[in-house]
Amino acid sequence: MQTKFDCKEIDAILQSHGYESNQIIPILQDTQAKYRYLPKEIFPYLSANLGISTAKIYSIATFYENFSLEPKGKYVIKICDGTACHVRKSIPILEKLHKELKLSESKVTTDDLLFTVETVSCVGACGLAPVLTVNDKVYGAMTPEKVEELLAKLKEEN
Amino acid sequence: MNTEFMIVDNMPIEISGEKNVLDVIRKAGIDLPTFCYHSELSVYGACRMCVVEDKRGAIHAACSTPPKAGMELRTNTPRLRKYRKMILELFLANHCRDCTTCEKNGKCKLQELAQRFGIKQVRFNNTSTDSEMDSSSLCITRDKNKCILCGDCVRMCEEVQNVGAIDFAFRGSKMRVTTAFDEPIANTNCVGCGQCAAVCPTGAIVVKNDTVNLWKELSTEDTKVLVQIAPAVRVGIGQEFGLPEGKNAMGRIVAALRRIGFDEVFDTTVGADLTVLEETGEFMGRLQKGEKLPLFTSCCPAWVKYAEFNYPQLMENISTCRSPMQMFGSVLKEHYSHSHKKVVVVAVMPCTAKKAEASRDEFKENGIPYVDYVISTQELIQMIREAGIVFSEIEPEAVDMPFGTTSGAGVIFGVTGGVTEAVVRRISDDKSISALRAIAFTGIRGMDGVKEASLDFNGREVKIAIVSGLKNADNLIKQIQSGEKSYDFIEVMACPGGCICGAGQPVAHGDSKKSRSAGLYEADRMSNIKRSEENPVIMALYGGLLKGKTHKLLHVKYHRKG
Repeated sequence: MQTKFDCKEIDAILQSHGYESNQIIPILQDTQAKYRYLPKEIFPYLSANLGISTAKIYSIATFYENFSLEPKGKYVIKICDGTACHVRKSIPILEKLHKELKLSESKVTTDDLLFTVETVSCVGACGLAPVLTVNDKVYGAMTPEKVEELLAKLKEEN
Repeated sequence: MNTEFMIVDNMPIEISGEKNVLDVIRKAGIDLPTFCYHSELSVYGACRMCVVEDKRGAIHAACSTPPKAGMELRTNTPRLRKYRKMILELFLANHCRDCTTCEKNGKCKLQELAQRFGIKQVRFNNTSTDSEMDSSSLCITRDKNKCILCGDCVRMCEEVQNVGAIDFAFRGSKMRVTTAFDEPIANTNCVGCGQCAAVCPTGAIVVKNDTVNLWKELSTEDTKVLVQIAPAVRVGIGQEFGLPEGKNAMGRIVAALRRIGFDEVFDTTVGADLTVLEETGEFMGRLQKGEKLPLFTSCCPAWVKYAEFNYPQLMENISTCRSPMQMFGSVLKEHYSHSHKKVVVVAVMPCTAKKAEASRDEFKENGIPYVDYVISTQELIQMIREAGIVFSEIEPEAVDMPFGTTSGAGVIFGVTGGVTEAVVRRISDDKSISALRAIAFTGIRGMDGVKEASLDFNGREVKIAIVSGLKNADNLIKQIQSGEKSYDFIEVMACPGGCICGAGQPVAHGDSKKSRSAGLYEADRMSNIKRSEENPVIMALYGGLLKGKTHKLLHVKYHRKG
């Protein structure tokens, strides 16, 4: 099965893991790090090179919450909705983000592929609640107003 | 060595090499229920129906517990009964319960166990959303609403067939068995062998049913409906009608088909005889030239598809012979080409992949297929019941002329090793009865997944391999590619055991394989024509209808590249 996808980058990832089928999870992680999601087109290529069926790779990719089959935005915003953040009003922050970016529970990424909004259960920064992260940067003691500022700043960066 | 025993329900039971407690318990005559346990697949331990209690009150899944001497187990305690019922109730909760309209009605394991354990009400709401059926495949139909996630199909597809078209996806309550990206199964690398349907305990994967249109065809006045019956069907059908397992019921099938309304009834064994002659000729040619060896057989359409997907470079090694069904289909269409009625060719097959084979472009002339309908043994059984025919009481009849005689070599095509044996009979010079018997003992018979044999042909050693199960075929090809093994002739059948265990047959139990193959070998013994070339029908065909047309009617070049 041939694909039009540029496979050179995948080749490098496969090579770094010695084309071992038991390395499928790190391979998928590296692939996701490269594209910010797992493109459908790479599945047949991985399958052919690792000797694992595409259905099995799909099985692994859908089992772990961390893998995404949809393209993600440049900024992945994760709102903590763990107990501490929840009681410190994380939901209004989420609602504000959804409203500002015209997103919802089912539509998590903006059409311009700039933002993705997700909830996570706990980022381990309960002292800063309510907290959100943008890519790997942590923003503590958030409010809906601060979210507005943050979004404006991120948009400006582009 | 002392014999080891364990205690099951206060009875001492001998342990004799069983891998798990379940097998020991079943040996003791206790029918411990299971959904996800199949001895030929890996142990999964998911359905928890086979739970047993030890003397300390701990609960174990019998399928995944190795037997130990002195073990004391109980299989039917109040706690176990409660658990089993609860599990069944939970299974039923998000299972489509429209039993009466289900293809699996009456043969469903979930239905059977719900009845056995007296589940009269389900206290839980169905929280799953209805998902659409996948009817994309010509071979199987998938209905996720009936899946209980036992994973039998997943393991069969991957472990035995090495295809892996389906797998579990998502997790927890969202988990389901599906293809990559939920693609329709027809767009995947599925080869249509149907073994997933053969192990599915419910109606989640069933063999596609084509009887509705066939009935219409049968009741159309100006249509001549011809039918051919594959060798394996005659030894698979009887058990469903109370005849002994593996008993050759060909005569009854013929009679039943006539009563249903088929105009002419024939035996696919004629096609098998043609295959023997054509394939042997091809093999001899390749041996002499020393090219395109090993020669792989081409009778099994699931294997052909598997090779197309995975080994396109091997396609030229696959025999150009059409399968017996297709050979006979084109011969029938040719023979009746001057009929003033519309001619419809039907094939009764033990197989699901044949349904897809019949509609391949290579097997159509001006858009019309050589074989118009393929129905499985199971569908034939349904038609017989629908017509109200009492199969066990019907008087056997013979097939129609001019294709009325068949050979024993052709009839054994239905069992793994049969094609090879027929070819060997054709090429061996010694035509004596003792030579015939000797062939049977060269290692080409039996139910092993991989068999090897070698014979002398004009001073040259001819090496033969016979595999059934696509995983076995794949391993063998890898061994050949690495140079570890080399052969001249390789017979491949996708279903373990050959066509007698095809997915279109009634589900095979413990000894089915043995008795079905015994049934075919008996048919061979009772046949007064042992070799395909001695069949007068075949001789007449080569002298008449096939003159100058063997290539057009009996051979094929597959177009598709994987």
